[in-house]
Amino acid sequence: MELTREEILRYSRHLLIPEVGLNGQRKLKESSVLVIGTGGLGSPVSLYLAAAGVGRIGLVDYDVVDSTNLQRQVVHGTSTVGKLKVESARARLLDLNPMIQVDVYNVPFTSANALEIAAPYDVIVDGTDNFPTRYLSNDVAVFLGKPNVYGSIFRFDGQASVFYAQKGPCYRCLFPEPPPPGLVPTCAEGGVLGILPGTIGTIQATEALKLLLGIGDTLIGRLLLYNALDMSFDFVNLRKNPKCRVCGPEADIKELIDYEEFCGVPGHDHESGSAGADWDISAPELAARLQSANPPLLLDVREPHELQISWLPGALNIPLGMLAARLSELDSAREMVVLCKAGTRSARALELLVSAGFRRVKNLKGGINAWAREVDQNLPVY
Amino acid sequence: MNPVKVLFFATLRHQAGVRSTEIEIPEGITVRQLKERLVERFPGLDWQVMDHCLASVNQEYCADEDIIPPGAEVAFFPPVSGG
Ligand SMILES: [Zn+2]
Repeated sequence: MELTREEILRYSRHLLIPEVGLNGQRKLKESSVLVIGTGGLGSPVSLYLAAAGVGRIGLVDYDVVDSTNLQRQVVHGTSTVGKLKVESARARLLDLNPMIQVDVYNVPFTSANALEIAAPYDVIVDGTDNFPTRYLSNDVAVFLGKPNVYGSIFRFDGQASVFYAQKGPCYRCLFPEPPPPGLVPTCAEGGVLGILPGTIGTIQATEALKLLLGIGDTLIGRLLLYNALDMSFDFVNLRKNPKCRVCGPEADIKELIDYEEFCGVPGHDHESGSAGADWDISAPELAARLQSANPPLLLDVREPHELQISWLPGALNIPLGMLAARLSELDSAREMVVLCKAGTRSARALELLVSAGFRRVKNLKGGINAWAREVDQNLPVY
Repeated sequence: MNPVKVLFFATLRHQAGVRSTEIEIPEGITVRQLKERLVERFPGLDWQVMDHCLASVNQEYCADEDIIPPGAEVAFFPPVSGG
């Protein structure tokens, strides 16, 4: 595909590099990349691939931009808060580079649509934020014979690799089984340094570009582990797992499965903040109970630094990570309501308490954020 | 006995309270057995996280059943899923 005069001017700094040059830039124009997720990782990935002149970029996301996204999701802006993420991102990408095509899929990426969505693209970039969708995008890439450019972040730590089953290991070769639900905190629960997805996402964009151009040594067979506090980059050499259930010689998984069931968690509603109807108490219900003659004990399982943002008077603070060791401080005969930021950690605490024999326990559905929305508007939502 | 150097990454570093440690282990023990010893030595380490983390021996990926060679550097990386 020939470049126009305008394109030659626009991409001149690429045309000057022998490893890219006119032929490489033509290749990019003919190429396509599917970016799954338009969040922290998907933002830099899609921005840089658009700027670089990748001819067609697909974006999959079903979410809406909210103001807590903007600390790191730089493809969106204050003016697009409340808009669909894929539309917000498409407008920004086409502003950056109107010479490319941006396809948008405003749907959850699921077993029902994933193969169909991914089939027309050369490279898949995994910018999702949950385990079910990570296993799904891995398996889609394996079944379609495409490379999957992986990136993952938490607080100050990031990982990146290229999983390409034809030439090296896949994600399942490393992590055959997902961790138990709730074990690995999400960024919504544990936080993330806003710049971190910039670092990891630009590495993913670099790898995608190298794959499209066929240049350099990619991260196939290597896992990069980055820590922003140490400013350390460590590499682990990976190998194909002969027992891998999707890419090994005796693979028994031949088609997409139910990934939410496999991981034991929903991939699309990771902040439901519920422990199940029988165990939940709503914020207004709790407010009423606290006014009664025998109010329940409040157990706040957030980290101490979160209490500086919002807290409920009289609540006992035991961070989730210390709860198992400090159960003896609690009276199982006393009625107790467990709370956290949004109800996810407290639901996990509830499981722990119930398995330790506590019965008179409830989960504050939606956490202290629900309390701030529904009961006390003076408290900030975070 | 076989001296090995152990490195902890991300949340494991907070749980263990150290970035690295030296530990003497009998020859011939597996990665999984080393994980069990570390959880005994560092009570803050969450067994479930250790059980699901990625391990490397001398910068090479290793499986739970792999034997740890003498003088090895063993690193543990917890899974992360954020994006
Ligand atoms: Zn595999």
